[in-house]
Amino acid sequence: MRRVIAAALAAVAVYVAGIAAQQPTGAAPPQIRTAKQMPFPQKPDWSKLEVDVLPVQGKVHLIAGAGGNIAVQIGDGGVLLVDTGYEQMSGKVIAAIRKLAPDRTLRTIINTTLADAHTGANAVLIKEGRLNQAGPGLGQRPNEADLIGHAGLLALMTKIGRQKIVVERWPPSTFSGKSKDLYSNDEPVVILHVPDAVTSGDSLVWFRGSDVVATGEIFNEASFPYIDAEHGGTINGIIEGLNMVLEITVPKHNQEGGTMVIPGYGRIGDEHDVLEYRDMVTIIRDRVQAAIDKKMTLAQVKAMKPSPTYEYEPRFNRDPNWTAEMFVETIYRNLSTRK
Amino acid sequence: MFTARRATLILPLLLAGLLYSVPASAQVDFTGVWNGNTNAEDGPERAAGPSLVEFMGLPINDQARQWGLAYRPGRLSLTEHQCQVHVVHYIHRGPFGARIWEERDPVTHQLIAIHEAINTYEQHRTIWMDGRPHPSPNAPHTWMGFSTGVWNGNMLTITTTHVKQGWFRRENIPSSDEATTIEHWVRNGNVWTHISVTEDPNYLVEPLIKSEDFNLNPNPNSFNPFWPCEYVEEGERARGEVPHYLPGQNIWMAEYAATHNLPQEATLGGPEQMYPEYRDRLKKLPVAVFVDPNAEPPAPVAPAGRGQGAAPAGGRGGAPGGRGAGAGGRQ
Repeated sequence: MRRVIAAALAAVAVYVAGIAAQQPTGAAPPQIRTAKQMPFPQKPDWSKLEVDVLPVQGKVHLIAGAGGNIAVQIGDGGVLLVDTGYEQMSGKVIAAIRKLAPDRTLRTIINTTLADAHTGANAVLIKEGRLNQAGPGLGQRPNEADLIGHAGLLALMTKIGRQKIVVERWPPSTFSGKSKDLYSNDEPVVILHVPDAVTSGDSLVWFRGSDVVATGEIFNEASFPYIDAEHGGTINGIIEGLNMVLEITVPKHNQEGGTMVIPGYGRIGDEHDVLEYRDMVTIIRDRVQAAIDKKMTLAQVKAMKPSPTYEYEPRFNRDPNWTAEMFVETIYRNLSTRK
Repeated sequence: MFTARRATLILPLLLAGLLYSVPASAQVDFTGVWNGNTNAEDGPERAAGPSLVEFMGLPINDQARQWGLAYRPGRLSLTEHQCQVHVVHYIHRGPFGARIWEERDPVTHQLIAIHEAINTYEQHRTIWMDGRPHPSPNAPHTWMGFSTGVWNGNMLTITTTHVKQGWFRRENIPSSDEATTIEHWVRNGNVWTHISVTEDPNYLVEPLIKSEDFNLNPNPNSFNPFWPCEYVEEGERARGEVPHYLPGQNIWMAEYAATHNLPQEATLGGPEQMYPEYRDRLKKLPVAVFVDPNAEPPAPVAPAGRGQGAAPAGGRGGAPGGRGAGAGGRQ
């Protein structure tokens, strides 16, 4: 009888312990907080950086943490990348792609803009391609992935010169019109030129089957949008690009989900995230324009209280390389010289 | 001697003691249909909604205040904004109805998740009870966010991250997409008390603490889940236009304050308003004055010789913008 009772008690104890283990309890819940969206670290220790790989939707994944965000489309036909990140992170990006798509050939790379954070690893990653480039319009580099960019991007790289940007980073496959169409992994992929946005050579990439848009740097969850005025960037080009994204995105339910958006930096978003960002950038532009209309000097605009970016600074003034003040100054110079 | 008879007495007591001592067993069932108690102190916010520049009682920072002052209601008429949902830390003060149910493992019957369907904008949130981690910082944000729950005795404590940008006060005061909300659910009979503590590193100086009560609806079929929203064209706008007030040009800034005989400062929110000492300051502040931009222009001055013209400029009525300007005629 004792054995029976002991066994019964032991069974109950095990059962209850099992419940306690499986059901979260406790007086001190862990301090879980929503992570802040942060720009790429300054002077990073590259060896310690890791990439974060997430499924986005359909055939598209995100590789974050290698510089600008990288979109990865995977299918039976191979691998297509949007941007390549910094060169120093290329080994980790290649490892992530091989893990996502073992035994698949890297066929195509599309660049959205000029910056090293987006094109820095072009020269390394194209070597992962194994295409026999016999067709027209594919450049003259056999056994490489096809590297595509707007003609404006190639023009910028050419102008900057091979001393600063090695030729292997230049896109041999270019388009000069408003868009270029591909069909990759059983879905249409549309590359849309965004004129005079971050630079004069920007594009966004729209995966029509997967219903995903990779915007490049016109949409940045960790900063105000960068405007590379020296290379043709304009505030109105940024805003027009964001309006383009709003036109092609369709929310699934009550302004959520549906078309998913991969920004230049930061977390995956959807139309509403782009909408709030577009509103912000437009409002800031309008404030600077109103100041210009009142004949205010740049010094007066920079001294405005509240500043044109004031209520958005806690969330987006995080990049020491692209501060709110730099953003406002660029907008001012941009709008002041507009013809 | 340990006999079977003793065992029959002791064993149930041991079992009862064991079960009672385990917090996991002290779970409360929130299953059912719940309706908002719109007679509570937060009734105005649940129904008609706040006025413009009614930021009272919110521990906001100055940037959130500026966001609200720049806000122009026409922004919600933009097609992409029309079906914008109340975020999770606000929606419990909407015109709220909810159905709650449990999801249990079919074999072990362990609680995997608690589901909350909210009829406002047809929302559905899942509160994971299986200890899973929160998603990557690079994962998408949603209106309801990502929630995990733990039991603290009879109270369910929920942590929600990954919420979209929304508002702390409807339409006016922003909440950022980096806010985190801790909820505490307590059930007393047929009343569900919902307490939320929201932190926002971008727009709150101190946590925003709110509570609401809901009543259990005895009719389980009373929940209407349908709240369709489809945008419509509301007037013509230039492509990309975003309605807003330039700094210092919000013509409605003083309307709410003046209508309720309040100082302007009192309507602008801030952490100091959380504390009773603020009442002393409130007594020393002047009541706001509002100039209605849509008011009729002042009546023409009466002909000379009947007394009005002799009054010094601004001496009649006293209110800015010509209010009471004709009063002098009855002098």
